[in-house]
Amino acid sequence: MTAPWESVIGLEVHVQLATRSKLFSGASTAFGAPPNSQACPVDLALPGALPVLNREAVRMAVTFGVAIGATINPFSVFDRKNYFYPDLPKGYQISQFERPVVGAGKLEITLQDGTRRTVRITRAHLEEDAGKSLHEKFAGKTGIDLNRAGTPLLEIVSEPDLRSAAEAAAYFKKLHALVRYLRICDGNLSEGSMRCDANVSIRRAGVESLGERTEIKNLNSFRFLERAINVEINRQIGRLEAGEVIFRETLLYDSDRDETRPMRSKELSDDYRYFPEPDLLPLEFDTAFIDAARAALPELPDAKRERYIADLALPEYDANWLTEDPDVAAYFEAVMASFGNARLAANWAKVAANWVMGEVSAAVNRDQISFAAIPLRPAQLAALLARIGDATISGKIAKSLFDQLWRSDDPTLDVAAMIAAQGLEQLSDTGALESLVAAAIDENPAQVEQYRAGKEKVLGFFVGQVMKASAGKADPKQLNALLKSALAKD
Amino acid sequence: MDAFASLGQLARALNHGDFSSVELAQEHLARIEASNPTLNSFITVSAEHALTQAAAADERIAAGTAGPLTGLPLAHKDIFCTDGIRTSCGSRMLDNWIAPYDATLVARLNDAGMVTLGKTNMDEFAMGSSNENSYYGPVLNPWDPTRVPGGSSGGSAAALAAGLVPIATGTDTGGSIRQPAAFCGVCGLKPSYGRVSRYGMVAFASSLDAGGPLARDVADLARLMPLIAGFDPRDSTSSEQPVDRLEALALNLDESAAMLPPGLTIGLPEEYFADLDGALAVCLDQARATLEKLGARCVDVSLPHTAAAIPTYYVIASAEASTNLSRYDGARFGHRCAHPTNLDDLYQRSRSEGFGREVKRRILTGTYTLSVGYYDAYYVKAQRVRRLIRDDFLRVFEDVDLLLAPTAPNPAFPLDQLLADPIRMYQQDAFTVPASLAGIPALAVPCGMIDGLPVGLQLMGPHFSEVELLEAGMAFQTETDWHQQHPEATG
Repeated sequence: MTAPWESVIGLEVHVQLATRSKLFSGASTAFGAPPNSQACPVDLALPGALPVLNREAVRMAVTFGVAIGATINPFSVFDRKNYFYPDLPKGYQISQFERPVVGAGKLEITLQDGTRRTVRITRAHLEEDAGKSLHEKFAGKTGIDLNRAGTPLLEIVSEPDLRSAAEAAAYFKKLHALVRYLRICDGNLSEGSMRCDANVSIRRAGVESLGERTEIKNLNSFRFLERAINVEINRQIGRLEAGEVIFRETLLYDSDRDETRPMRSKELSDDYRYFPEPDLLPLEFDTAFIDAARAALPELPDAKRERYIADLALPEYDANWLTEDPDVAAYFEAVMASFGNARLAANWAKVAANWVMGEVSAAVNRDQISFAAIPLRPAQLAALLARIGDATISGKIAKSLFDQLWRSDDPTLDVAAMIAAQGLEQLSDTGALESLVAAAIDENPAQVEQYRAGKEKVLGFFVGQVMKASAGKADPKQLNALLKSALAKD
Repeated sequence: MDAFASLGQLARALNHGDFSSVELAQEHLARIEASNPTLNSFITVSAEHALTQAAAADERIAAGTAGPLTGLPLAHKDIFCTDGIRTSCGSRMLDNWIAPYDATLVARLNDAGMVTLGKTNMDEFAMGSSNENSYYGPVLNPWDPTRVPGGSSGGSAAALAAGLVPIATGTDTGGSIRQPAAFCGVCGLKPSYGRVSRYGMVAFASSLDAGGPLARDVADLARLMPLIAGFDPRDSTSSEQPVDRLEALALNLDESAAMLPPGLTIGLPEEYFADLDGALAVCLDQARATLEKLGARCVDVSLPHTAAAIPTYYVIASAEASTNLSRYDGARFGHRCAHPTNLDDLYQRSRSEGFGREVKRRILTGTYTLSVGYYDAYYVKAQRVRRLIRDDFLRVFEDVDLLLAPTAPNPAFPLDQLLADPIRMYQQDAFTVPASLAGIPALAVPCGMIDGLPVGLQLMGPHFSEVELLEAGMAFQTETDWHQQHPEATG
């Protein structure tokens, strides 16, 4: 019997660093400006223009390095990678070839079933992005937009440690979360802020040596990454099982046809003629620079998740959910902070988590906004939860207040004042509730009959009637008890 | 006014009110106009721009806000980007290109109030030792119009020799300031690598390119240096070495009283003298005697890796040039072929049509030496040898203060003589290339005549010893008058 196929995957992830200006010029990196409006003489590669390294980009690269426990090279070198393409104005890309700024490190990923795996990262280096070729807009011609040319990228290269498309996607997601935590990338995949090339090969399980690999270029979503790798794995299996061989080639994934196909050779070169960039000095910094980056590291997602489990007694699912996106965690923690001291707040953790994962997340998705732009202030949400907790309002009323607060986007709105002004306190006065219950029974003899005949579902009808009569303010628990006892009487 | 007046003399006359800056510019523009059809030392004459600058300079002089060189005319080698004036780099590729910005060197001289008369002719992309590689045709040597002026800053050197400008800028990658200065009987300083910003200087070989001045006497070089030297945040390879000593030298310039520093030791590297042409050797002997008379102690020294300099230089310079010139692809600026049928056609024809023979030769050489399989054998090895050459200099400068050598192995040679023989042409740079590879400053000064043609000596010094070189050059010129000899008017 033949051993099953095993896939071997390594990723090269390009992370667009969130600097204000470009890697080697002062031009802006903002997304969405009119074509070629953010390209200075350096980006246009005008004769005589020279690159000057952006210090902030170096700080961000080092920040990433210390976050993954990598070796930081205090002496690294920029190289020219030479090839001709219209969106590469100089005819070479300034990159780091033999001596990258970040050396070997590692990243732990969590798979769907909860297993954790460590992925080794080979290196990470600084390089500049190319411009964009616009093939669609101009019939028979190609437009060039150099706004993106020179944008700083951190290319993160993994070892071939990933064994499935799902693992690859988990790794990409983890990197995505990490760079957003570190505030070195906006993580906006649709704008191309993170792009990934996947190296894929297959071999029989138990075989040590690697099979011939192919490289799928330019994947920019978790879903497409996973689909493209699966398609490619299946293509390779199909070929090998048909007695054909795999050629080392560079592929593009076509999501419409769900297939990988070879890239046009024009955009590739056999020999990039790398050599040290003579317009730049080697990049050197002292250990103080590294220490400062390390000292400035925020709490990272793994540590945060463990803290939520240990200190807030949240289930692992919730802890994962809340720590994947730094903006979600920040919002959740701001809500928690509004409850006062940490020991008291911990009691609210599960309730707050439920609301953040439920109502808040639903509203965020509905309005297509980010967690960083939520109109409901954390303190307002905390106040709302507190009023549910002390039974001042019902959950139903709370949801209606939540919607009001969300829509108003007014930080001055006070939850207690809103409750008072709108008379939304729960009816917990037994006498008042009892008379509403009595009225409901009197007015609906047929339903009383049904209930007493054993149709207990009818209780819900009575709850609805009283709720309506109380304008939603009846305490559901109390109401249930009163109704049951009233209906039980003859 | 005297066509061969020095910058210093013109500055005094201008401040004295003998003439205005506008008159000075007009006079020079007229001379350029008269000579250029034959001499061909200018690619572009920027008369209108010059007169505007001169008028502004006159206002500054009247207002008392003038600097020491305000209102004085100069010419820039056509390799320096000048906002609004064509910067061709001697190439068809950039025949249509007008820079939208000023090179740092140009901006600094504009700020100082100097007046740009035009852009001087040069070998295409500064590649050449004879000025015959210009798209705009060769420059003639004012001393003998059948001969070359040297290259690549041949236009600047010839314009000075012909009395068309009192000072000019040039660039030196392997001798391109010094060799034409020697051929034309003028002075030229290649500053230390990094001393003068390369921003806006069209790149030939990034690790070697050095901008600097050419003038008719060393004192004028000293006058210009503090304006163009110094750190530039736009050039990562520019040096943060302070320029205070250059400023002090220019401020207290008394060329007639220049002296050598007491106890100065000058080394004569034997490798530069071994096979020297007899007449040239005599000139250098006289120069040595003059320097000894001025108080220098001259000793023989050795720079053992000198012979490796030429091949090392041509590997490194061509490698860097091959990728520096990749940006000329017809896509964004410069020459673009007519009706390209596809991308490859656009690249191939634009570049084939836009570049001349020598530029293509170096792009091919450089591409080859950077290719997989050849990189280690050529580029990496050349870098190693470059270090050895540099170490030769560092070692010898432990024992001597300066080095004395010839600038070029011969006086100006006839037009067309070496054009078909690139290897012999490259040998022209044998004495200038080592200082370029080492990144040290070197000064070319006229030191004799052979058959009516000027020859020049070369003084080399340790990194950032420009002041010492200029002082030695000025002292030499108190005892010699080679720099005061001028060719009879040509054209």
